Amino acid sequence: MAKILAVDDSASMRQMVSFTLKAAGHTVMDAEDGNQALNIAKTQSFDLVLTDVNMPIMDGLTLTKELRTLADYRFTPILILTTEAGKDKKQEGRAAGATGWLVKPFNPDQLLATIKKVLD
Amino acid sequence: MSEIQQVNETLELITSIDDGSEQYLSFFLGEEEYGVEILRVQEIKGWAQVTHIPNSPPYLCGVLNLRGTIVPIVDLRLRFDMPKKQYTATTVVVVLKVEGVTQRTVGIVVDSVSDAHNVVPEEIKATPDFGSNVSTEFISGLVTLEDNNMMMILNIDRLLSVEALG
Amino acid sequence: MSIDISQFHDVFFEESFEGLDAMEAGLLDLNVGAVDLETINTIFRAAHSIKGGAGTFGFIPVSEFTHVMEAILDEMRNGEREVSTLSINLLLESVDVLREMLTAVQQKTATDDGRIADTRQKLEAMKADEFEEPELVKVQVEAVTESKDLGWKINFNPHQHLLQTGNDPVRMLRELGSLGELTTEVNDSKLPPFSDFEPEDSYLSWTLTLLGDIPKEEVDEIFEWVDEDCDLTIESIKAPVKGPTRVEIMVAALDKHDVVSVEFTPEPEPEPEPEFSTTESVVDETPVVAVDIEETQSIEATLPVEKTTTKSKIATPAASSIRVSTDKVDSLINLVSELVITQSMLSQIGEHFTPKMLPQLIDGLAQLERNSREMQEGILRIRMLPISFAFNRFPRLVHDMSDKTGKKVELKLTGEQTELDKSVMEKIGDPLVHLVRNSLDHGIEMPEVRLAAGKAETGLLQLKSYHQGGNIIIEIHDDGAGLNEDKILAKAIEKGLVDASDELSPEKIHDLIFLPGFSTAEELTDISGRGVGMDVVRKNIDSLGGSVEVVSNRGEGSVFTIRLPLTLAIIDGQTIRVAGENYIIPLVSIIETLEIKTSEIKLVSGKGELYPLRDEYVPIIRLYDVFNLDPHITDLEEGLLVIVEGEGQRVGLFIDDLLGQQQVVIKSLETNYRKVKGVSGATILGDGTVALILDVPGLMALYRDPSLALFVNHNRAA
Repeated sequence: MAKILAVDDSASMRQMVSFTLKAAGHTVMDAEDGNQALNIAKTQSFDLVLTDVNMPIMDGLTLTKELRTLADYRFTPILILTTEAGKDKKQEGRAAGATGWLVKPFNPDQLLATIKKVLD
Repeated sequence: MSEIQQVNETLELITSIDDGSEQYLSFFLGEEEYGVEILRVQEIKGWAQVTHIPNSPPYLCGVLNLRGTIVPIVDLRLRFDMPKKQYTATTVVVVLKVEGVTQRTVGIVVDSVSDAHNVVPEEIKATPDFGSNVSTEFISGLVTLEDNNMMMILNIDRLLSVEALG
Repeated sequence: MSIDISQFHDVFFEESFEGLDAMEAGLLDLNVGAVDLETINTIFRAAHSIKGGAGTFGFIPVSEFTHVMEAILDEMRNGEREVSTLSINLLLESVDVLREMLTAVQQKTATDDGRIADTRQKLEAMKADEFEEPELVKVQVEAVTESKDLGWKINFNPHQHLLQTGNDPVRMLRELGSLGELTTEVNDSKLPPFSDFEPEDSYLSWTLTLLGDIPKEEVDEIFEWVDEDCDLTIESIKAPVKGPTRVEIMVAALDKHDVVSVEFTPEPEPEPEPEFSTTESVVDETPVVAVDIEETQSIEATLPVEKTTTKSKIATPAASSIRVSTDKVDSLINLVSELVITQSMLSQIGEHFTPKMLPQLIDGLAQLERNSREMQEGILRIRMLPISFAFNRFPRLVHDMSDKTGKKVELKLTGEQTELDKSVMEKIGDPLVHLVRNSLDHGIEMPEVRLAAGKAETGLLQLKSYHQGGNIIIEIHDDGAGLNEDKILAKAIEKGLVDASDELSPEKIHDLIFLPGFSTAEELTDISGRGVGMDVVRKNIDSLGGSVEVVSNRGEGSVFTIRLPLTLAIIDGQTIRVAGENYIIPLVSIIETLEIKTSEIKLVSGKGELYPLRDEYVPIIRLYDVFNLDPHITDLEEGLLVIVEGEGQRVGLFIDDLLGQQQVVIKSLETNYRKVKGVSGATILGDGTVALILDVPGLMALYRDPSLALFVNHNRAA
């Protein structure tokens, strides 16, 4: 189905997200910080990027901005995983170029429903 | 090598007999025949490369690797002040369980292994001081075998004690 | 599909406990004066992760508790809140509480709710100091109009650059279409001429009719990401039905979830319209939580709460998992492949066996033995963990005790990477804690006392660990008052443990503290533990096959030395060759290896050969000499000099040649043989032969006193 890059510094979150997406038939790669994710993204192409915001080395918003400067990722759906549904966080996400967001905590079904929205 | 196979097989058979007799394994050093309790014999192997231990008694050939454990090997001839014999492919090492403060595994180099014998306790005679190679403190008794040979039963706990080894 | 996310709980717990450790270490590290931004961020991120994960996996109380901590930390990292000793201590306490909460959740035991509520209150009070607005806020909820309508009329006009966020109107229309019956009317009036057409821009807009009993939220959801990148109107078709009151909504929501945070989408009051009411829906982002604090408490009250009877120990949670470095796993995988090769080789021999093949069979079996042994060692290695796991609790312990007692103590840890078996480490934890507490309590003096004695105000507590032979050594040094022999003796006599007439050396007196029932503390302070004496410490260590001893000097300090046998000791070794034999020198002892010239050597009568090494003269030990071997090389210029260090001194070992370096497993020589001076153990090389591992201090002793060689053997057996 789709090739997805999941980025989160929490191993349990990565595992849950990976497992859920793979069970739905997608191919998943993961990274634990924005920098690692950026490097992976540059060497492969993804249909969707899911990223946490608070991460060491490079955070999710910076990652989003960086990805948007890459030709391959100008229109790729990027969803940020945020614990806050606050307006300013969403604004920041948008400003960084994110397609949308998913509010934590979420369960596997919510995750799958949300990504369905952005996959063709 | 086949000799070893034979003896190991005999060892297995012997240990299943139970009629109040003790079983002993006998071996040769030169003309003399010695015996050890079979239950003390862990195994018999051919000669293998040993690693010399510095500043150790001459009768301590060295140590070798026995399935991951470091085991000291004692040349019994030298231990008994007999002239040393060259080690060849047919040289035999009898690996024994020695009791002391703790149980230890020690191997002894002998000329050849003879047989396993059933010995009833009454047959074991006391050891007179008869001027043999071996100091009597290491011999716990004498047995006359079927072929009229005399077997000297070794007290390996004394012979191979920690103090004795160096 | 339903995925059971409880399978990820273990990982969550593991990473959360690690996160708590990181938080604690970070908090201890924070300097009140100069706050390191990176440290604060690390602490914040750890709290944030725990909060997020706890929420995801349904551990709501944990999530909420962490939320307050996180809020405070957020303010700190933004510079909005000062980092004070008070706040650090409160956060440290909160870390403890959180640890207990997580342990309770993990082990499904009850929590100390009193303590949790208490600490939480303090956190919230601290938080409230700066800002009036608490995170938990009561929000006005407007009535949500239940859509008992026939459908919706939607005007959707994406802005030109909508596509550049990765959103696609087509997908949205598709989504809408899945909700109900959709009719679309596209408006292409804004489409420019083809030559001006920018494929990355959006020029179309739609008027959509969506029929069906569809809740408004579902329609909103489809557009929620793009609401600022488009013009959007959603009108309901048909007369509205008066929706439930907001109270009813809240109650319904609280009924549905045992979660007490609910998000509402507030809407303005419907405007009165003749035929149908138009409700403008604007997705408004007001802060999430809308709960009354009283509600929270009443809900919690209905949950069964057991009073905890036991004070939860700050014990490491029964970790049923081990984190293993990938190279240990890799080497096991290699060993398995070697085993497979050996097995296929043996089965080949077996298939066409003739007595002539016996030597090959024996070789194969020897190889099998080697493979099996190496695998066993490899697996045992997996259980080896660095002692830092046991040492990690001490920075916090020392910090807390310093605070409590008013003593100033600096903690130094060395050799934290020294590995030992996991089960041994778990059992050595308590004895270590007791010894450290003892040093802090009875050893290190109060600052004034220290100054009066001419010592530095801050006491030094050192924990050192290293391998020695087949053992791991743990030393606890303090530069405190040392053991008070008079007091100890008096107490021992009083307890009838010794006779007044007995002549005891200072060492013997020191050893008395390990006798059962012994304690010189006037009151058993909470710090050192009630009724747990040194005798229990010794018993515990003895049961591990180890030993504990103390060396002490009045006024200077004490050293407690714990010696524990290792199931597996591995060192990095340098193989050397002397007189035709191979030996191994522990790499950690080697300083350097040199080629030397005879002209550089100084001969000193009574001291032997000396080599000038920078600022000192280093004695040359000819290895073949101390080992009484027949040398192959005697000329100093033809061999090599290995400068080694042992017990603080340096010597040069004269050898024939250097061979390779490798990791070796230390095998005991003493199990079946005995201790050999100059040798610390043995190892089994790849070819199955035994190599001896040299003991540098032993070699030095042999050099100084050759009579220590119990048996000088000049005619060594072949």
